[in-house]
Amino acid sequence: MGSTTVSSGSRIDSGAASAPLLTIHRVAKQFGKNIVLRDISLDVAEGEFLTILGESGSGKTTLLRIVAGFESADAGELSMNGERLDRLPPYKRKVNTVFQSYALFPHLTVEENVGYGLRVARIAEAEVSSRVEQALARVRMTAHAKAKPGKISGGQQQRVALARALVNRPKLLLLDEPLSALDANLRRQMQVELKSLQREVGISFVFVTHDQEEAMVMSDRIALLRMGELEQVATPREIYSRPATDYTAQFIGHTNLLRAEVRGGRASCGALGWEVGLADGPAAFSVRPEDVRVVEAGRTSVDGVVRFRGKVQHRAFHGATELVRVVAGEGLVFSVRTAGMDGREEVECEFSPKDAVPVRDSAERS
Amino acid sequence: MFSRAYRIAITVPPLAWVTVFLLMPYLLMFCFSFWSVSSTQTIVHSWTLENYKQLFTKDVYWETLLRSMWIAARVMVFSLALGYPLAYFLSFYAGKRKDLLYQMVIIPLWVSYLVRAYAWKTILGSDGVLNTLLQYVHLTRHPLDFLLYSPFAVVLTLTHIYTPFAFLPIYAALEHIPRNLVEASNDLGASPAQTLWRVIFPLSIPGVVAGATFAFVLSFGDFLAPLLLGGPSGIMISNIVVTLFGAAYNWPLGAAISLCMLVLVVSLLFLSERIEQKWNFS
Amino acid sequence: MEFFVRRRADNSAGGAGWLRVHALLVFCFLYLPIAALIVYSFNGAGVGGFPPRDLTLNWYRILFQDGAIWESVGNSLLVAGCAVVIALAFGIPAALALDRAQFPGKTLFRRLVLLPLILPGIITGLSLSMFFKWSDTRLSLITIVLGHGTALISVATTEVFAGLQKLDRAQEEASLDLGATYWQTFWRITLPNLRLSMIGAALLIFTLSMDEIAVSFFLIGRNNTLPLEIWGRLRRGITPEINAISTIIFVFSLTVIVIWYRLRAGGEGSPEIAAELVETAAQGD
Repeated sequence: MGSTTVSSGSRIDSGAASAPLLTIHRVAKQFGKNIVLRDISLDVAEGEFLTILGESGSGKTTLLRIVAGFESADAGELSMNGERLDRLPPYKRKVNTVFQSYALFPHLTVEENVGYGLRVARIAEAEVSSRVEQALARVRMTAHAKAKPGKISGGQQQRVALARALVNRPKLLLLDEPLSALDANLRRQMQVELKSLQREVGISFVFVTHDQEEAMVMSDRIALLRMGELEQVATPREIYSRPATDYTAQFIGHTNLLRAEVRGGRASCGALGWEVGLADGPAAFSVRPEDVRVVEAGRTSVDGVVRFRGKVQHRAFHGATELVRVVAGEGLVFSVRTAGMDGREEVECEFSPKDAVPVRDSAERS
Repeated sequence: MFSRAYRIAITVPPLAWVTVFLLMPYLLMFCFSFWSVSSTQTIVHSWTLENYKQLFTKDVYWETLLRSMWIAARVMVFSLALGYPLAYFLSFYAGKRKDLLYQMVIIPLWVSYLVRAYAWKTILGSDGVLNTLLQYVHLTRHPLDFLLYSPFAVVLTLTHIYTPFAFLPIYAALEHIPRNLVEASNDLGASPAQTLWRVIFPLSIPGVVAGATFAFVLSFGDFLAPLLLGGPSGIMISNIVVTLFGAAYNWPLGAAISLCMLVLVVSLLFLSERIEQKWNFS
Repeated sequence: MEFFVRRRADNSAGGAGWLRVHALLVFCFLYLPIAALIVYSFNGAGVGGFPPRDLTLNWYRILFQDGAIWESVGNSLLVAGCAVVIALAFGIPAALALDRAQFPGKTLFRRLVLLPLILPGIITGLSLSMFFKWSDTRLSLITIVLGHGTALISVATTEVFAGLQKLDRAQEEASLDLGATYWQTFWRITLPNLRLSMIGAALLIFTLSMDEIAVSFFLIGRNNTLPLEIWGRLRRGITPEINAISTIIFVFSLTVIVIWYRLRAGGEGSPEIAAELVETAAQGD
């Protein structure tokens, strides 16, 4: 393999804790001719909230299912606390899953659902009752203990699913896009709740989503998956301010991707140019819209700052800010985030070279 | 949503047919059961409870009724015992072959009932395949008598006929169970056996009840198998009814017994419907 | 057979092993009599005895010269054909009524229509027999047709009803939206979508009618249907000729099933047909 310099066994994730809880080592999986996961290596630290982020088809759900035990990897291994995990069937792993569709048992009450894993493990009834009570209280579903899943709302079902998984005190909790079925407001609320819940119980959470905003809000670290390979693994702040590839830069938040040519320490992109410390050749740069400022015409610029003039093509109102599309000539279109602008048609903008983050081309993959 | 003409067109014809050819015959049977037959073999249209009195006091009727229920109960149990694991296997373990295997279970249903009952007759007889085979491999020295012309033969044949009937609703119910429930159960620590007992089986109960009802009711009312294979000890209630309409020529009594059967069957259907509703979670 | 030795990644192969054995045994149980029947139809020495020897086509030869049997086959085919027509003619409206219309006594209607499905045939046959006697109707093939039709309406209703449930209401609404009347929608959209259900119902009804004995038993006149003809001979004694006709029946049923399977698997899906028709409707007629 080695079609990319990103994986091939080398760790591209920046900083899992000392002794990882879960080690995913060179896991690969294909369905028929379709290669879903190639050579994935990833560590999950104790007590961390890791999000596996990716588009549909990126392989994120498959990876989760492999960790849960519902699929087996074609290559590679999984270990938890040093012991092989992938040899165990799902019901022997100390891993629990919150399913996307919740998968609550329709014939059992909320209480019976939550107590299921404990009863199956033949724990004493007294302990089961008290643990179930605690778990229900924690997700605020005590009042509905005797109800059947068919009678409670989607958000409530989701909380029951959470309680049902957590009550077993797993070492690792897997969440498969659990918030995707909720409406926007409820979703935001649950994001906060989930994050504080994780802090409270201290268990490692591996959260799968396609929503990059969600990932940014909740995670300690984000693992960006693209077409079966890890694009970048880093904290939200890092992944945002220092994206490794053009794909990462464009997937996470908005960005302006500038394709430039470097010659003699200077990058030139159309009429724009700035100093860089890179070798000669083509290069791509990511400039976040909030790093592009609208300036008053006539104001002198600081040395080295890149300035340009353009026509306002489109304005998108985002409440606190506006995202303005500026056509700067020679096919250069910028997205500029500004805290309100008058209705002018021509603007002058600038950004500093330090905000132009060089990004690699994301590897070509079939 | 629909025009009046359309609605009339779709409700009246079937309603009319069903009234003439189903409702009225049942009502007629009801009436017949209160009449009697005279010594000259004509039907006397005077109302009497005599037939019912006979049914409930004469031993032969009562015994045969109980025997029929006992045979039907055994067929029901065996059909379920054969059908459930088969359906479970097909639904959860068969993978790609599921469809093919399903067709293979259905095919015997399409082969004539008479033909299959007849086939068992040739197998179980004292000169039949089974007996000669057993003697051929020296497992027995004389033909086994109980194999044919006994309740055993009737139960065996009816089980053979009705196992696919029991299988069908069970399979449908199992297929209906979302697979993520099975995964969730495994995820929470339950082994496949525990998952079967705690999740799969409870959710399949409506199918089981439907299959059991089919097997019981259809076996109860069967008259072919006992006639072909039952012998004198294997006579069932339907055979008595048939004789009453034939050689014994007592239509009113026959109608009374039929009516009782009808009432029994309908009650069972109501009962099983109630149970199915109680266990329906979809 | 890889089918029997496939192991799972985890340790659940144990349970699955027993299930496989059980499944195999049940299949043997289901097919044993049929296999015996077929094998012994070629057995020179007759229906019993093991092992079979003397392979011969003799019984088939005798069968083909047996006029009475073929006459009854003809009768059965005729009856089955008519039964299909009656059952569909009344079963399709019944299914529609149950699916869409509200009217008083609907529950009673539903129970009544579906009752013959689960009721032992003897009760349906007897009650009809009483009905014909009371109305002084002579028993004949016609009464058998009426009996089969009545009993099998329930099959048609069930199949078509299931097909209706699968029907996407949005297609009919789209048709109405595009200007078609209720009747036009019915003919152009609903009915074609039900095609598969109707064919399935027809095949099933046909086969059930060919095999029907319980109801026919009480409604028989001078002409026998095939099952009753076989039945009559059985009372007189077993001959391998019956094995031969049984084998033929089996092969015939199998062919029908294979055809039905092909139709279902390879046929046009209803969504495509409906889409086509909605388009045609939109282009005006």
